[in-house]
Amino acid sequence: MVVYLDHAATTPLRPEAREAWLAAAEGVGNASSIHGAGQSARRVLEDARERLAAALDCDPVEVVFTSGGTESVNLGITGLYRARRETTGQTAIVAPVAEHHATLDTLGWLSAHEVADLEWVPVDRDAVVDLRAWEGAVGGGDAAVATLLAANNEVGTLQPVVAASALCVEAGVPLHVDAVGAFGHIPLSFRALRTASGSRSAGLVAMSIAAHKLGGPIGVGALVVAREARVEPLLHGGGQQRGLRAGTQDAAGAAAFAVAAELAVAELESESARIADLRDRLEAGLRARIPQMRVSGAAAERLAGHFHAIFPGAQGDSMLLLLDAAGIAVSTGSACQAGVPEPSHVVRAMGLGDDAARSALRLTLGRTTTDADVDAVIAALPGAYERAHTAGLSSRRVGAPRLGGGAGS
Amino acid sequence: MRVLAAMSGGVDSAVAAARAVDAGHEVVGVHLALSRAGGTLRAGSRGCCTIEDAMDARRAADRLGIPFYVWDFSERFRDDVIEDFVAEYSAGRTPNPCMRCNERIKFAAVLEKAIDLGFDAVCTGHYAILREGDSGSLELHRASDAAKDQSYVLGVLTTDQLAHTLFPLGETPSKALVRAEAEARGLTVAHKPDSHDICFIPDGDTRGWLAERVGTAQGDIVDRSGTVVGSHEGAHAFTVGQRRGLALGVPAADGKPRFVLEVRPVSNTVVVGPKDALAIAEIAGERFTWAGAAPTSDDFACHVQIRAHADPVPARAVLAGGLVTVTPETPLDGVAPGQTAVLYDGTRVLGQFTIDRTVSAVPVDA
Repeated sequence: MVVYLDHAATTPLRPEAREAWLAAAEGVGNASSIHGAGQSARRVLEDARERLAAALDCDPVEVVFTSGGTESVNLGITGLYRARRETTGQTAIVAPVAEHHATLDTLGWLSAHEVADLEWVPVDRDAVVDLRAWEGAVGGGDAAVATLLAANNEVGTLQPVVAASALCVEAGVPLHVDAVGAFGHIPLSFRALRTASGSRSAGLVAMSIAAHKLGGPIGVGALVVAREARVEPLLHGGGQQRGLRAGTQDAAGAAAFAVAAELAVAELESESARIADLRDRLEAGLRARIPQMRVSGAAAERLAGHFHAIFPGAQGDSMLLLLDAAGIAVSTGSACQAGVPEPSHVVRAMGLGDDAARSALRLTLGRTTTDADVDAVIAALPGAYERAHTAGLSSRRVGAPRLGGGAGS
Repeated sequence: MRVLAAMSGGVDSAVAAARAVDAGHEVVGVHLALSRAGGTLRAGSRGCCTIEDAMDARRAADRLGIPFYVWDFSERFRDDVIEDFVAEYSAGRTPNPCMRCNERIKFAAVLEKAIDLGFDAVCTGHYAILREGDSGSLELHRASDAAKDQSYVLGVLTTDQLAHTLFPLGETPSKALVRAEAEARGLTVAHKPDSHDICFIPDGDTRGWLAERVGTAQGDIVDRSGTVVGSHEGAHAFTVGQRRGLALGVPAADGKPRFVLEVRPVSNTVVVGPKDALAIAEIAGERFTWAGAAPTSDDFACHVQIRAHADPVPARAVLAGGLVTVTPETPLDGVAPGQTAVLYDGTRVLGQFTIDRTVSAVPVDA
């Protein structure tokens, strides 16, 4: 039995979501068709949109289904940027340095191809955005759009969304929030966040979410787009979903997403308390056995299931391999290029250095995590650390090969 | 045993891993990412370390039902192999980057990491044979398929390294059988072209690649008497034994073609002369290792091989004063400092050294 502790990468499909998915997939009909079969599909789709809107506390018309979190982030940032640049001529995009790669790479592309000036905002040692710097960046006069994670995807620390949004309102800048990892795990009311910001067209106007982070299927996401927001579409075609996202709509995926989101929101309070207890026990157990371990974001508010730490002198991917062999699935937290974990840009941004960026491990607990899982990790991880520490960092310079005989031997 | 199978994405390492699984070992596949700037797709038979190669290796591991990981050794590879290659060329020497990679990366950094992580051995798709000799010590021998034999590039391995290594393909009579086996096993890489050339110079243009890194600087081409017979754009572009690309304006007195005899990086000078002046009567070096037990005598008969695909030549080796000096029975052609000389006793690899010094068989005045 695998101990699965990578719920932030993707969390198991909820049985109820699976049922809803399969039931909807059985039916024939394109939600855009006018006949009865099309109307049936449309009914499933719009029911799902309404239920998801209720879980998000927004209007159904504000829910734009996509193929997942990455598409949502691309649409949110690029769509807002193009619309703003067209109307106001502003070209700056404000973002913290520790964002997810969906954001970083979108910004890199816009900088290279569409003259975007990137205004990077530093984060503190807990990977939390520096609000003073944020204020300066969004208030600089040239900001077309700002973007912010709701919770850092590696470390799990919650970001000051309300305050950041309020600063955007003062500056008249629309804000996209990447809530892909946060929705279903912390209370998020789109309406309440918007009200707190106190504006309709500036501050929070778009928010990205994804189904598979809360027990829905992979391949379904949504961008919540406020009525007042101007967003240019990325896909052009049949004019579906306010013309913001053309393409035949995935009624079955939407139905499964809605069911999963409802359940996640309904049990959020009890589950996050249970999961936080497990996480805290895991953290305490490991601290007692590995005094060198440095827990990330421990001083800040974190997602309940996130445990992220630096294991000095050991390479994260060595520990991953050893734990995998012991049947424990974990992550280094950072993005991969062809299966190679990059040294984490988040850990670097936290000011912990390159070696620490290679020595990070992320364990994320979720709905299916048990006491026994925590016990298994507390038992296995210290040994894995010891071995990985012996192997060291592959970045280290060794002189003569240790197994080699050397000259003249 | 717990075995780490180094899987390049090619057919040889895939079949080697399959055989290690069949032998009952607990095998984990690892692809070494040696470049962070590798292309996405491979082009023809050249280059390696593309994302497609990593995917081919991963699919082979899937087929074998073994776990698979990618290890990033790109920084070590850059420091220990690529920069060494540039530095050696800049010093007028002709290095073999594959040997350097075996010495510093595959059978050193990777093997050490594997041992530390609890593996007992590393398995690769090299064509060479490891077996116990009469005295009970481990010996490295040429592969059964002479055309594929890679014992030369493994000559740098020491006893400790050999003791933690598996070469499951060494006794296979021909590469065709390995491909057939890959096909029978359902490995998609069964017909993938062999890789050639230097993996980090994907277009095969070594001179152009070096010129970008070393720069160009005009220098003299001289004959053995020191007379200037032409000019060049940088001594690093020349290697001993080379004939093409000299573009000499002044013909040789005897009208015969001229070859590069020597590269002098400090004065940026290239020395040329007739083909027979390439003949080398003696080579020596101080950087040597033994593959298995060291020779019991400091003066012994052997065969010497100076390139991956050169013929072995009968020779006498003498060890004295921290130096190994080898005298071939017939002169060697096109030997350049920096090359590796591997010494054999029959099929057995005795050891290797980097050639520091050569003695011409033809005196200048001859």
